[in-house]
Amino acid sequence: MADVEEPEKKRRRVEELSEKMAVDSGCRDTGDWEGRWNHVKKFLERAGPFTHPDFEPSTESLQFLLDTCKVLVIGAGGLGCELLKNLALSGFRQIHVIDMDTIDVSNLNRQFLFRPKDVGRPKADVAAEFVNNRIPGCNVVPHFKKIQDFDESFYRQFHIIVCGLDSIIARRWINGMLMSLLSYEDGVLDPSSIIPLLDGGTEGFKGNARVILPGMTACIDCTLELYPPQINFPMCTIASMPRLPEHCIEYVRILQWPKENPFGEGVVLDGDDPEHIQWVFQKSLERAAEFKITGVTYRLTQGVVKRIIPAVASTNAVIAATCATEVFKIASSAYIPLNNYLVFNDVDGLYTYTFEAERKENCSACSQVPQKLQFSSSAKLQEVLDYLTENASLQMKTPAITATVDGKNKTLYLQTVASIEERTRPNLSRTLKELGLAEGQELAVADVTTPQTVLFKLNFTS
Amino acid sequence: MFRESARALCKRKRKRNEFKSGSVDMASVDKGKATKEQKYDRQLRLWGDHGQDALENAHVCLINASATGTEILKNLVLPGIGAFTIVDENKVRGEDVGNNFFLTKSSIGRNRAQAATELLQELNSDVSGNFVEESPDQLLDNDPDFFHRFSLVIAVHLPESTLLRLAAFVWGAGVPLLVCRTYGLIGYMRLVVKEHTVVESHPDNALEDLRLDHPFPELKKHIQSYDLENMEKRDHSHTPWIIVMAKYLEKWRSEHNKQMPKSYKEKEAFRELIRQGIRKNENGVPEDEENFDEAIKNVNTALNPTKISSGVEELLQDENSKNIKAQTSSFWLLVRALKEFVEKEGQGSLPVRGTIPDMIADSDKFIKLQNVYREKAKEDATAVSNHISALLQSVGRLPESVSEQEIRLFCKSSAFLRVVRCRSLAEEYSTETINKDEISSCMDNPDSEMVLYLMLRAVDKFYQQHGRYPGVYNYQVEEDIGKLKSCVNSFLQENGLAVNVKHDYIHEFCRYGAVEPHPVASFVGGSAAQEAIKIITHQFVPFNNTFIYNAMAQTSATFQL
Repeated sequence: MADVEEPEKKRRRVEELSEKMAVDSGCRDTGDWEGRWNHVKKFLERAGPFTHPDFEPSTESLQFLLDTCKVLVIGAGGLGCELLKNLALSGFRQIHVIDMDTIDVSNLNRQFLFRPKDVGRPKADVAAEFVNNRIPGCNVVPHFKKIQDFDESFYRQFHIIVCGLDSIIARRWINGMLMSLLSYEDGVLDPSSIIPLLDGGTEGFKGNARVILPGMTACIDCTLELYPPQINFPMCTIASMPRLPEHCIEYVRILQWPKENPFGEGVVLDGDDPEHIQWVFQKSLERAAEFKITGVTYRLTQGVVKRIIPAVASTNAVIAATCATEVFKIASSAYIPLNNYLVFNDVDGLYTYTFEAERKENCSACSQVPQKLQFSSSAKLQEVLDYLTENASLQMKTPAITATVDGKNKTLYLQTVASIEERTRPNLSRTLKELGLAEGQELAVADVTTPQTVLFKLNFTS
Repeated sequence: MFRESARALCKRKRKRNEFKSGSVDMASVDKGKATKEQKYDRQLRLWGDHGQDALENAHVCLINASATGTEILKNLVLPGIGAFTIVDENKVRGEDVGNNFFLTKSSIGRNRAQAATELLQELNSDVSGNFVEESPDQLLDNDPDFFHRFSLVIAVHLPESTLLRLAAFVWGAGVPLLVCRTYGLIGYMRLVVKEHTVVESHPDNALEDLRLDHPFPELKKHIQSYDLENMEKRDHSHTPWIIVMAKYLEKWRSEHNKQMPKSYKEKEAFRELIRQGIRKNENGVPEDEENFDEAIKNVNTALNPTKISSGVEELLQDENSKNIKAQTSSFWLLVRALKEFVEKEGQGSLPVRGTIPDMIADSDKFIKLQNVYREKAKEDATAVSNHISALLQSVGRLPESVSEQEIRLFCKSSAFLRVVRCRSLAEEYSTETINKDEISSCMDNPDSEMVLYLMLRAVDKFYQQHGRYPGVYNYQVEEDIGKLKSCVNSFLQENGLAVNVKHDYIHEFCRYGAVEPHPVASFVGGSAAQEAIKIITHQFVPFNNTFIYNAMAQTSATFQL
């Protein structure tokens, strides 16, 4: 065995010496050093049997990744931290990251770019600082903002966008934004207007990663049914028939707190305030005792109030790694990207399943097919509102409905501004006919789930 | 087998002269108050305080601080593993820094174990980091007991000969071994553990344990206390569906020779029977009774016969539960006690689990019903406890050596007990015992992930023969394809495998040049860390025994080799 090892040892010694010389003789401005990108270059500079048909080996591809390719990472939390690390170590340097949150203690078990001293600081800022410091030459630009604070001109600059979000609404918003950037010429999609969207999500030991090519593959809204609406407990259970400790906690949160205002008039329950949670916990215990229910704990109380989703470093690592590999594939054309959805579960062994999510023909976000609304002319506007929020394919949150009536733009109902909500509320109990709407009428609906207004065509069934 | 706790090990001074080792001084006290309870909140909800305790008392050994290795450790340090020790004799090279988050430019030329330990330690001050500047071969030569003290050994990128040597040592010592590697776009893990028992497997979709086919006496009595026909409407609509179903089941069985509804037709008829029980208003229109809807919906699953699964049955019949000795583990003692319970008090069934799902019902009725199940579960656990006490006595051990809490948890989880037994690496690698059947049948599909396993075995053969991996330098690629192909062929021939390895894979593995792209290393890092946590906490079920990840196709597979 010793004989066989000699040539290898020799080779490494030669390499070591030449590396030392390279370091000593001063590096280029990029702060690079000998061998830095060895693990990446093989995939850019060598031909292979499984590469993308468009792939051409080149020594210039690395420069593209380093200097030109612009990637946006949305979210600097569990997935975001991993994504930034993975991208930086794959040669990506022009990275922007958006996150509207500040660092919390409970983030520290997995969001490894943050330390206890950083608690309270914006995630985007701290994450960028850490990565830029650890990875010389990397240029992560932080944005302590909401994604909605930016418009098309911002998003248009990126080659690829990767999301590590914890909200379906936010996902749908960015999905809609990228749809709005698509340009069609004579009904044909201009490929240069497509910005690939990579999306990852995790929950405990489960996760998923998907590749979305806007206008070409299934988008977030095409597969809304994969995200069933969050189930809340029925009010009658909470109010008069609690059976589980969770019911007791929800009673205190929804009914008792607003009634008793324990920390002052109008002071809203803050799940991050331990004193608030302590109060809810105590009251929940009292409520539970009344009904002989056991199981109310501080941890459960906090979990219910904050709708906490358990999380660990390992799942985030797996999903972010999957996404980052796809970013690399797309940016370099090295391999055919994931087509298009991967689910992961490591509760019992490790399980992955990859499938092609299909586009929905009449998807409200990406199909260009005009959306229809079919109602009787004597149906009330409330029914239309209910349809928009309850329909599994639409799942809107607080839709605002406007229409052109008698040549004028009329807001039929809007709930996000209190004064307008009050003014338009009577419309909900009026019929579509009474509101002056006609057959074939176009209704424009705005909602948090999309940056663009969705147009619906109204068809009367009777 | 006695294993030192992490704290004890760290306190011990290592007076070794043969090699350099050390611990990294903890940085100055972290600013900001971060209690463990707060910091670990999100993971405590997955494995509980007892799981966290197990983690904090564990000491893990990583061999080789390559990117794969440090990524694995990162995912163990963050959740608060007690201690880690990195064994690595290599010096940091430029390309090491390029793909490794826990090495920097200033690490170049320094010992890799030490450099990586510093930056991993910095992630979490609760964790104790140690390093040993030795090769595993040297340790195996001079101090093989070194590895026996760890909760788990994680071996990354070891040449085959060293790996087999290490595996033999830790197998004999009963220390779990997790072998991991990243090779180009392929990730690989191999778990080597003789026997790993799991009480808390936390199954995703567990069926409820309602005993509707054989209601125990207290449940029967409770059901009898309900008179559905003569109840007030409000009570009728708020009676738990379990009671509703039980009542109609009694009716059905009295009319069907005591038989349960079994066929699709029978279940349909049974649903209709329940449906007829829905109260009607004065116009004969059925009222809205959600509890009856629930009963109807649950007919499919709630009528499943109460049966012990084949998996658990196997455990009850296992040799380990038959031959109880003084040193028998708590797990097997409990299995034996369980077996005795099943044969006696259980009358063929496991202890009642004691939980029921939430359902439409008023608080009082629900709580009373829940308590019937809870009390029965307690009673059954007590019976199991008595069996345990007798068993412990019979082998001269104190009855307290298995706690009440342990017994209760065991009884509650009895339907989901799992035991994972892996074949040794020696068995996998020997030409006599290599799992030919598994390999051949998978290779019926030449693009199965199995071909990637075969390629990994082939590149190891290449390394043995040529002292390097194929295709590291551009000029080597073309020639190495031919050499690697020979390795593939001789490997297949030596092992009597009549399978076809497509040329494309041989080319691809030369193309990789044995590199370790960070994202793939990170995927393996996440996967391996979670398996390590499963081994340490004995919660959730580890894989058995070979996991392959293909980052090209974004697919994976698990094989038992």
